Amino acid sequence: MGIELVTQQTVLPDMDELSFTDLELDYHVRNALKAAVQGDRDFYNQLVAVIHHKDRLVPEEVALLVTCLKALTGAVSCVRIVHHQSLLAAIFGMSLWNYGTDVMDALVEVLTSLAASSGQYVDLCLEMLVTNFMPPSSSSAHFIEFLKQPRGLDKKRQVLDRVHSTFQDIANLVPLTPLRLEKITRDRMPNIYTKEPFIVMYVENMLRLESGAAGKLVGGSMLVAIMDRLIDLDVEIAWDDILQDDFSKGIFDMELEDLEGFSDHVQQDGNELTRESLIQRFFGGNLVAEKLDSLLVLTFEHLESCRESGRLIQVFETLLQSFQKTVLTAYKSKFAQFVMFYACSLDPENCGKMFASTLVNIFVSGVYPAWRMSAVSYLASYLSRAKFVAPSFVATTLESLVKWCFDYCNNQDGDINAKAHKVFYAGCQAIMYVLCFRMRSMISVPRLRSQLLLMHIEDILRHPLKPLQVCLPSIVEEFLRLAKINQIFAVPDTSADYGMLESELSRAFGGVERLDMFFPFDPCLLRKSDRFIRPNFVYWSMVRSSYYEDEEDESASDEDIDEAGINMADNISDDEGNAHFDEFDYSLDKMSITPRDSSAKFGGRIHGFVQMPSKIRPSTSPESL
Amino acid sequence: MKIGRVPLTHDKLKVKAPLGGMGAQEQSTNLVVYLHPSIANCVNDSILRELSSLLFTYNETFDGVVLAYDPNVRSNLAKILPGIHPYLGVRLKAKLLLFSPKPNKLLEGEVVKISRQSIHAVILGFSSAVMADEDIRDEFKYKVKHGKEVFVSRHHKKHKIKVGTIIRFLVKSFDEEILHVSGSLVAANTGCARWLDTNLEEWSQADSTTRKRKDRDEKEQKTADDKLMASRDMPSLKKDDRIKKLKKKRKEHT
Repeated sequence: MGIELVTQQTVLPDMDELSFTDLELDYHVRNALKAAVQGDRDFYNQLVAVIHHKDRLVPEEVALLVTCLKALTGAVSCVRIVHHQSLLAAIFGMSLWNYGTDVMDALVEVLTSLAASSGQYVDLCLEMLVTNFMPPSSSSAHFIEFLKQPRGLDKKRQVLDRVHSTFQDIANLVPLTPLRLEKITRDRMPNIYTKEPFIVMYVENMLRLESGAAGKLVGGSMLVAIMDRLIDLDVEIAWDDILQDDFSKGIFDMELEDLEGFSDHVQQDGNELTRESLIQRFFGGNLVAEKLDSLLVLTFEHLESCRESGRLIQVFETLLQSFQKTVLTAYKSKFAQFVMFYACSLDPENCGKMFASTLVNIFVSGVYPAWRMSAVSYLASYLSRAKFVAPSFVATTLESLVKWCFDYCNNQDGDINAKAHKVFYAGCQAIMYVLCFRMRSMISVPRLRSQLLLMHIEDILRHPLKPLQVCLPSIVEEFLRLAKINQIFAVPDTSADYGMLESELSRAFGGVERLDMFFPFDPCLLRKSDRFIRPNFVYWSMVRSSYYEDEEDESASDEDIDEAGINMADNISDDEGNAHFDEFDYSLDKMSITPRDSSAKFGGRIHGFVQMPSKIRPSTSPESL
Repeated sequence: MKIGRVPLTHDKLKVKAPLGGMGAQEQSTNLVVYLHPSIANCVNDSILRELSSLLFTYNETFDGVVLAYDPNVRSNLAKILPGIHPYLGVRLKAKLLLFSPKPNKLLEGEVVKISRQSIHAVILGFSSAVMADEDIRDEFKYKVKHGKEVFVSRHHKKHKIKVGTIIRFLVKSFDEEILHVSGSLVAANTGCARWLDTNLEEWSQADSTTRKRKDRDEKEQKTADDKLMASRDMPSLKKDDRIKKLKKKRKEHT
């Protein structure tokens, strides 16, 4: 208060040769504004010019700008949206990023008082502030470099702190601003083609809003908007991006055999190919994947901070709703679902159980078959891959799945019909898939073992609907093998009893979307987000190893198995060798999906047995490679 | 899942009783909510959701902002609208709490910010009000006391407006979109609500010095009550009592 700007006399010769107190200045600016309404725009135009002047301000000009802004703060009641358009345009055209802290402070004060002075300006002020989430796009290249320096980070902090505190100030004066802010933030969200640092910065700000004071009001829609953007990015990554050149041969893109050539390549290189280089190979040039990766990391970090502040459960409820609307309904989402996985890993007791029971509900009582099938795929994949899910909970969930399937097939007396009973087959496949991963841990607990035995799994599998013939052969074979080893289900010894396993049937039940081959929580292929997922993730290699010990005892007749076993033992001794794990995983993968007879066609090898697809999406990953 | 826009029609408005000086009043309404047949299995929830969608937005039919609702579905029969989608028209009576600031109406709000050029207040916690300096009568002088900004009356030292004060002001205009009230403190019966309540009679005393004391006392009570009625559409019983007590005290003194 009480600024007397001596400099002003020198800079503004138009002004009277006086030093002004800010009250006088106020008066001058008011008069200028009023005169402009009357038609005398001289002083008004000077004012606009001062505010408009952006480039290379000398200290005197900065001082003048600050003074003018302060005077304007007092005179906002004289601003008329009709008569002072150029002034408003100049103010709203300013970017906090272009100025020092004193101008920033003066500017946000003008914005606050403008927003509070009349309802017309609220939206404009909020929009201007939201625009400042990111540096001005006109000089984006400059800012991308600038933001990598400590000076740039300082600037970012200065700007964003002011932006968010101004939201707070405006909300104190105009309590309904969060409503408008919510809409504006959603509408202004940059599209997926925005440069990575910018979209990341914007999402950072959205998350900051979510955790801020207005979070209760706007938080939900921020999360939903972020999930939407994640899905947008996700669908932008086509399967073709994952299966590049040398993987593009084969019957259809998603066959793992397509990757076989690649695996040979790995082996030839003497395991020198690390996971990193594989990712590089998949996603090296894929900007969309990098963006998605960065946004996922941001979201993960945010979820973690939510857990620390004890509001993870509320956030999770929002996420779950959004998941049902976007991720679940999106066609084979590849990465966005890991937000759910990570949230569940942070609080398995509440979030994890809520997630599973929601999926069960959708499967059991959903309306659209495709969504029900997706839901059960998510469920199966989640129960199998999440390390933090207790076996007892797996058993309980499995029980509800089995119950539904049992009731379903009791009411059916037809023969195999992949299309008509696709939801049922999806359920059966999910049950087998989960058992492939979890059978071992479940039967080691006597109570769970008996619970498992009491379910009607055998009845379902022996039903004339013949799920064993329809479900994915790789899963069925692995399941049967494990059932035999563990002597838990009295199912036929070999697939021979069921005749040729035909993947055509599974294709039929999966429909053109191939929902039969959808395993959403297969290893995450994104570089940065992987470190959040990895500690809580069950890789097939880990499961396989536990089975293998048994297997070795029982029969080491099959040489292929032997080889695999040795390989694996080697790899496991090398704890750090995740890449080795991956590699081993792949050796399973490459044999996974295609029916036996076609293997010769591709690799020219004869596989001893068809193994469990550690990941059926080829997409999937270096994990498996 | 919300399917389609569910139209809501409004048959008849009946103002029941105004609620205090905050500008909110209760109204009984007869409504018809049209529900999409797909949500016919959760009619009650759907009705509540529809009514919720009215909250905190200005609605022309009601000529106000719905703050709260209390629906009462009279019958479980709904009229079916013929058409591609056979919407169900559910009739209900609802009590709505409406906020409808009209020009020249007195409102009360809590001051949240004071600057030399303006006073900012919040009404009922959601609507913002601003009084620009040309709408603040000259009686009030801007001062900074102990680092806090206040407006103090030049005539009554105790009549102050600071952050946290409940002020009473006249509505100049109302922005229906953002629910922003532009107010005025020009009229003499505006200012700090508490001060006005306790000092109204003194204020009227000054107006009627020529009258005899007895007459004046009677008159004073009447004017005070009138003023109160004017300022608050329905004075709460509590406040009335308080004023009467004050008067009693004064009488005892004299």
